[in-house]
Parts: sequence; structure tokens; C-alpha cells
Amino acid sequence: MHNVLAQPLSPIGSRRISWLKKALQVLISISVLVVLWQGAITIWDLPSFILPTPLSVFDVLTERYTILFKHTWVTAQEILIGLLLGVSIGLFFALQMLLFAPVRRWLLPILIASQAIPVFAIAPILMLWLDYGIASKVAMAAIIIFFPVTTCCYDGLRSTPQGYLDLAHTLGANRWRRLWHIQLPAALPALGSGLRVAVVIAPIGAVVGEWVGSSAGLGYLMLQANARMMIDEMFAALFILSLFSVALYFSVDWLLKKLIPWHAQ
Amino acid sequence: MTDALAIKIQHARLAYGHTSEPVLQDLSLTFRANQWTCLLGRSGCGKTSVLRKLAGLLEDAYWHGDILTCDGQPLAGRIAYMAQQDLLLPWLSVLDNVCVGYRLKGQPVTEAIRQQGLRLLEQVDMADKAQALPQTLSGGMRQRAALARTLMQDQPVVLMDEPFSALDAVTRHKLQTLSFELLKHKTVVLVTHDPQEAVRLGHQLYVFEGDPASARPLPALSSQPPRRLDSDTAQLQEQILERLEVDHA
Repeated sequence: MHNVLAQPLSPIGSRRISWLKKALQVLISISVLVVLWQGAITIWDLPSFILPTPLSVFDVLTERYTILFKHTWVTAQEILIGLLLGVSIGLFFALQMLLFAPVRRWLLPILIASQAIPVFAIAPILMLWLDYGIASKVAMAAIIIFFPVTTCCYDGLRSTPQGYLDLAHTLGANRWRRLWHIQLPAALPALGSGLRVAVVIAPIGAVVGEWVGSSAGLGYLMLQANARMMIDEMFAALFILSLFSVALYFSVDWLLKKLIPWHAQ
Repeated sequence: MTDALAIKIQHARLAYGHTSEPVLQDLSLTFRANQWTCLLGRSGCGKTSVLRKLAGLLEDAYWHGDILTCDGQPLAGRIAYMAQQDLLLPWLSVLDNVCVGYRLKGQPVTEAIRQQGLRLLEQVDMADKAQALPQTLSGGMRQRAALARTLMQDQPVVLMDEPFSALDAVTRHKLQTLSFELLKHKTVVLVTHDPQEAVRLGHQLYVFEGDPASARPLPALSSQPPRRLDSDTAQLQEQILERLEVDHA
């Protein structure tokens, strides 16, 4: 007799089941949310200008997708370029603080003080300096991102296990080779943590910038829809923004797990 | 093959602060060329500090005393160090870890070097794991890979700081024998807490005693290491334990 149950699943088979489980989990979560949403409207008899029905939001998503896509593309550019700029600045500052003690003494208090200024307060100044185009929103996103990236990366760089540094010393490494071959790879998991935080908060910077002054983008669309009492369109824009943020987070998370396999294990 | 090197430490003193009490006082040790010297003693008595001093890793301590080599040349650059942790870099394969010394010196890792690394991995019975990442290996395999990396350095002096202490008894026994075989043409200094390991592998033994500690030599056995455990080795182990117990009291 051949025992089918005793046969282990192939790696591809078990991976497919894991994906199916995750998809089912997402589907159930969305269904529960939609049911609760519709339930709240029915029970409390909420008017559409307070809370539109899920169906009306879906209608906007299908009927006005060209306009939504146009504005999503603008916000996506702001977020992605802001991320690139913020992460680069964060990495640069972290390296400067690691390598040059005077820079660390002067820069760290300035960086901490810079975070005490609310990003909303900076937005009008950036509009003034960089105009109403994409540049001011990219700068907003970068400003909001660079600090967590700097601190995470700096922490990672200075917490290289002492054993690795000793090994590098006995193997004859100079300062730069030690940095490149030991400290930077060892700091990648910490940099990954900073990057995960950055992708979550980058949309905040971009949308806040759009609210203060812009002519395109999901934040702009939400403001316009709000002024015209088109609450369903506002919700549609919010839905796309959330979907984009979640997709960005999981893509970066997946990429980091692929690039830093030793940390995932 | 690198030339054999003997090292002598004379009347050394070690303290961790300018005005604080010394940890080591009047320390004199001789590490004979091509022999294994084992250092024993209670935790915190300064054995590892001596090893770190020899490796050039002791920075924040006050060391007074001479470290002499038989050829009169400095020790720096002629040391290989094997710690309790294997220190394999998790982002590199086993083979790349074995060859990592070349990268850190800024030299290209040529095909000839990789072949040499593979030969060393064969010697430690790890050739089939050359492309594996370290975290997929057992503790014993990881230490064997670290041994191959140490051999790749091909330095005349090998400093070992309890490299077998985290392994199970059988793996430890096998790895002791393998290490002894592969490092028999090196000057090896082994710090250990295990009297049996010291008796089995050491050509000469030192016990760190007292406070501040100094090193006292023990009479070596006439047989050649790695020794089989018999009545002579048991007697010497007993003697070591008695001396260590006195220091713990």
C-alpha cells in the first residue's frame, strides 16, 4: 500500500500553499473590513458625504481610473525619488559620523534638533524655495526619511561584533577595507530596518507637501475632492495611497530578505 | 611554508587602569617553536589578555614587559587568531570565508587561491560545503571552516582562544585531533578551561595562579601529543585541577 499522506511536499508545493494561505488571509481581512464599513453605514444611516459606501468608492475606482492613475503617478514619483534621496543622505551622514569623530560631535545634535521641527512647519518654506512642482515634495519625503535611515545605519555600523573587527585586524585589513568588507555588510540588517521605516513614512512627507501646495498628486486630488464634497473620490484616492504604501513596504521587505538572507534566517 | 617562530614573554605586568591593581604580575612565558603551549587558569585571570596582546588586539590596557621573538623581528603580521566563536562572515560562502584574508589585504582572490582554499577545505573534510553559507552548518563544521581559514593565513604562530569549548564531546575530540595534525608545524598557544584538552594537546602547560596572576609551568608528559587518555594523563589532570581549585578557594 502506498501511503500518500506520508509523502513530504516538494519545496515548490509548500511554497504555493504558503502563498495561497497569505492570499486567503488578505482576502478575509479585506472582506471583514468591507462588511464592517457597509454595516456601519446601514446601522447608523450615515449620509454619503460623511462615509460613502464601498460600492460607490469602487465605482469611482473603475470609472475615473485615468485621473486617479495620473495623480498616483505623480505621488509615486515623489515618494520613490524622495526615498532614493533620503536613503542616500542618511547613508552619507551615517558614514561621516562613523569615520570622523568631529563630524559626529557636531552633526548628531543638529540632526536630533532637526527632527524637533514639525514637517508641516517646513512645508511652506520648501514651497517657497522649491516651487509647487515635484521638487518640494521630494524634499519633504527626503527630510522625513533621512533621520531614521541615518540613526539605524549609524547604529548598525558602530555595533559590528568585536570578533569580526578583531578578525579583520589579525588578517591585516586597513580601515577602508574593514569598512567595505566587514562593517558595511554587518550593518545591512540595521540599514534594512531603517529602510522599512522609511518606506512607511515616505508617503506622509509627499502627501503633506501636496496638501500645502501642489497642482497634482493624490494629496492634491483629495483636497480638491473634499472641497467639492466628492467624498467617494477622496476615499478612492486614500485607498490607492494605502495600497501603494503597502505594496511598496512588502516589495522592499521581500527585496531585503533576498539581499540579506543571513538576517532573515 | 613559513619559518618556525619561538616567542618569549619576560616579567610582564598588565593592568586595566593606570592606577588600578594589576591583573598579571611578573609573567614569564616561553612558547617554543612548532609546539603547542596550553594556558590554563580561572576565568578573568588574564589568559585571554595575553593572547590578545600577542595578536595586537589589547588596546585599552597597560602592559609593561618584553615580548621577544627568536628572530628578533616584530610579531605583527605573523599571527593567526582562532577565537571561541568561529567568526565566519554570514554573507560569504564557506570558501569565500576561507579566502577572506586576501580580500581584506586588498589582494585579488585568483583561481589559484580558490583552489588552495578548496584543498584546505578538503583537509578539514568540508569540500562539499564550499559554497554553503555558514549559518546552514553545524557548530563543528563551522569550526572546521574557521580552521581552514586559519590554515589559509599560513602564519608561523596560531593563537587559539577556547576554540573547541562550544562543541559536544565527540566533535571536540575529533576537531582537537584534526587541528593538532594540521597545525603541528606551527607555534600554537591554546587558552583553555579544560584540563583534559590541555593534557591531550599540550607539549607544555602553564597554569595562571594567584592574584595578581602569574604563570607557573607544569611538568610535561614524556609522550607526544595528541595523547591517549591513560593513567599518566589522568594523574596530570588531577594535578591541574588541584592547583586550579586552590586558586578558586
